[in-house]
Amino acid sequence: MRVGVVTFPGSLDDSSALRAIRVAGGIPVPLFHASDDLKEVQAVVLPGGFSYGDYLRCGAISRFAPIMSSIIIAAEHGFPVLGICNGFQILCESHLLPGALTRNQGLHFVCTDQPLIVENNSTPWTSGYTKGDRLVIPIKNGEGSFQASTETLAELESEGRIVLRYTESNPNGSKNDIAGITNARGNVVGVMPHPEQAIESLTGPSEDGLTFFTSILHSMVGR
Amino acid sequence: MALDTVTTAAAQPDLVQPWQELGLKEDEYARIKEILGRRPTSSELAMYSVMWSEHCSYKSSKVHLKQFGEKAPHSDALLVGIGENAGVVDIGQGYAVTFKIESHNHPSFIEPYQGAATGVGGIVRDILTMGARPIAIMDPLRFGPADAPDTRRVLPGIVAGVGGYGNCLGLPNIGGEVVFDASYAGNPLVNALCVGVMRHEDIKLATAHGTGNLVVLFGAKTGGDGIGGVSVLASETFASGKAAKRPAVQVGDPFAEKVLIECSLEIFAEDLVVGIQDLGGAGLSCATSELASAGSGGMSIQLEKVPLRDPSLSPEEILMSESQERMCAIIEPAKLARFMKICRKWEVTATVIGEVTEGKNLEITFNGELIVDVPPRTVAHDGPVYNRPIAKPAYFATLTPTALPKIESADEIKSELLALISSPNIADKSWVTDQYDRYVQGNSVLSQPEDSGMIRIDESTNLGVAISTDANARWSYLDPYNGAKLALLESCRNIATTGAKPLAVTNCLNFGSPEDPGVMWQFAETVRGLADICLEMGLPVTGGNVSFYNQTGTVAILPTPVIGTLGVIQDVTSRTRMGFPAADLMVMQIGNTSDNFSGSEWAHLHGQMGDSAPTPDVPAEMRLIDLLLEGQPLFESAHDLSDGGLAAALTEATLRNGIGATIALPAQFIPGGVAAGLFAETPGRVLITVHPANAEALSALASKYEIPLHQLGSTGGSDLMINEAAIPLEQLRKAHTETLPRLFG
Repeated sequence: MRVGVVTFPGSLDDSSALRAIRVAGGIPVPLFHASDDLKEVQAVVLPGGFSYGDYLRCGAISRFAPIMSSIIIAAEHGFPVLGICNGFQILCESHLLPGALTRNQGLHFVCTDQPLIVENNSTPWTSGYTKGDRLVIPIKNGEGSFQASTETLAELESEGRIVLRYTESNPNGSKNDIAGITNARGNVVGVMPHPEQAIESLTGPSEDGLTFFTSILHSMVGR
Repeated sequence: MALDTVTTAAAQPDLVQPWQELGLKEDEYARIKEILGRRPTSSELAMYSVMWSEHCSYKSSKVHLKQFGEKAPHSDALLVGIGENAGVVDIGQGYAVTFKIESHNHPSFIEPYQGAATGVGGIVRDILTMGARPIAIMDPLRFGPADAPDTRRVLPGIVAGVGGYGNCLGLPNIGGEVVFDASYAGNPLVNALCVGVMRHEDIKLATAHGTGNLVVLFGAKTGGDGIGGVSVLASETFASGKAAKRPAVQVGDPFAEKVLIECSLEIFAEDLVVGIQDLGGAGLSCATSELASAGSGGMSIQLEKVPLRDPSLSPEEILMSESQERMCAIIEPAKLARFMKICRKWEVTATVIGEVTEGKNLEITFNGELIVDVPPRTVAHDGPVYNRPIAKPAYFATLTPTALPKIESADEIKSELLALISSPNIADKSWVTDQYDRYVQGNSVLSQPEDSGMIRIDESTNLGVAISTDANARWSYLDPYNGAKLALLESCRNIATTGAKPLAVTNCLNFGSPEDPGVMWQFAETVRGLADICLEMGLPVTGGNVSFYNQTGTVAILPTPVIGTLGVIQDVTSRTRMGFPAADLMVMQIGNTSDNFSGSEWAHLHGQMGDSAPTPDVPAEMRLIDLLLEGQPLFESAHDLSDGGLAAALTEATLRNGIGATIALPAQFIPGGVAAGLFAETPGRVLITVHPANAEALSALASKYEIPLHQLGSTGGSDLMINEAAIPLEQLRKAHTETLPRLFG
């Protein structure tokens, strides 16, 4: 099972995402932004980081990378894509997901072990969870406040497209405590927390994030 | 604009030059003329003035720092010692680790965000330059009083700068210090440590050899930032038509540095460089003269080839610019094409600006005219050396012993403890550390607020390193010789407490003006203490940094030697954490408490300094380290007792996992009573928990190493109970965590 991880200039959590795929039992495949070759991967992760230094807007420049044109076309045909943090921002800039990530309410970068609730386990990235599962996964971002129009929020809520929600505290002022969402088809998921940093208790606050990566492998086998 | 060439310099020997404005002394200027046999050109003058500055030449500290060489212990671990960009030690399994700490104090006072950010950027490039992948950073910070208006100006900016740059580079920030003291008002200290890892065979050095090899500048383009005092030259030499004076503080672009790191590592992996040097302080002047000086000496540079952000820069300014995110490499011509291809992949600008020559001099031309022709060693290494006068400061005559309240009743214990653990120096630092990414790279085994930061080096073998930075400036003020030793001992204890073996030491020595004999005495005593203890403990000093002139008027900062210790741990999964992990464990204190409160946080809280630092018992501390390492399998938790004493350690250990404890401090058994038991900062002590089943084994181990062991109580419940005083953990947490958010938003 080949799962790709894209390295943009300024990507930071690409190596951790590759490791998470390996630990989950998949074959991690590094992809480079400047090529449109998806190297026959069956799913792709856009990792966290500060691609292009967050210049202009987070994700706004990466969205135009050659690899993204391939990913956008594939995603529109049901190809599974997970955007983590900066990856989520890139998915919003690419219009694969609605809304936008804006500066945290407190205007500080926030790195903390964040309690979350799984709201949607019907995506290929969350199928291993049970709805209502409580997770602790790190968040670490300066621009993680999810914002969308009232109509979009209503649509996300009514269609069950909120994947993860912050619980106990809202760290950044996200609307409706939203920590992650999916597209209408359910194949594209964006999350602000970093599941790839919670795959082993030695280096993370929990192992709660590993299920994102085992889920995608199981989902692909089931196809 | 007429260029001041070597020919002009010879033809106009009597031209008046602004050497004084550039910070040179009269005899230093005379020495330059003697070296060259003529007056320097304006470009040469610029180079000498900046390379012979205190910051670059260590002219006041050199005579003392040489003790680190003279007293160096034999160490099989040391692969690269003092003198390179950073020292390198062998940690086994073919891995080499490089680490170093540097100051960026003055720029951070002027422009907190950029000063701190470029401090991180500079130390990361030093590590990268050794051929290593940077894997973590730490930042010991010191500020004026927490409620002072200027602290509110500089602290948020400095913290945001450290975070903004480090986070964007993808380097976990795994620890450091935040300390407040009135002496740092107007002189905040921003020290930054970086650690990197490589295979032994990948070590790179800053050297230029091989006639015909190319000098390549790569990274950001050169701009007018960070030129500082050298702009005097431009205005003196070229009267009109220049842009307004530019900022003396450099501006960082972490994205450019991140790309430069990846590009450089790919270049190193293919073994494409002969030598490499980063451009930091003194920019191209430093990089070219140091590279040439470490090689055969000959180098020619065509300065007009340097890519510029600002085309109006004069040659002197190009030589002096401290624009960030630049590197200089020496490359064999046959490898240039491959080098350039990797640079293009990462969209990094790279330009051949010169070559290694057969001659002995560094020759720099600008559009064909020779403007610098100097023996590079005279610039890089043969700067002036001062043996400045030293004198024990007068303040020693005014020191008085502490006179602190006696603590007995439950109310006294509770109120004094809550006051201490909510004071800015002891209060929880999450407001700061939550602005730093501690998880990135996925190898952070321990980070703040644990005793040391710990990074996994190898996923298959679980080999790892631990790092801790420590200083107790008040002890250094009371006794700089022992203060330095105590800082090193605390740092080593922090390493051993987590289960790692101390291996090597770096330091950042922050002091007032070297022209003050009292400050110079503090410095000399500090270096002597540090060199002595490193020899005694067999720990090599791998490098360091000196920051002088941290003073306002005649008032210097407390002497602040920050010691960074690197340790190695064979299996990171065995690390010991500081929080109480469960109920029904025995709480024990290793080591005895004495009743000296001098320099302690509790005395500081009561506005007192005291009169004497503790005298370190180095052999006992070394036995303690052995005990900690051998006893590690027995410990359920371990936490060094230092700032804030047992009171602070109990607070941190209970709050970490929300597990309370019941502690008995029988006043009659502790010299100094309950107050000392809770608040004294006696070195050589560690708070641990063990399963009752392991108590006997631990006791035997303590006897073997002749280290006293005291049972204090047991874990459990939702209170921290000390004698008759019951403090609910929620009340403790509120007191401990609300201080910094209240002060800084």
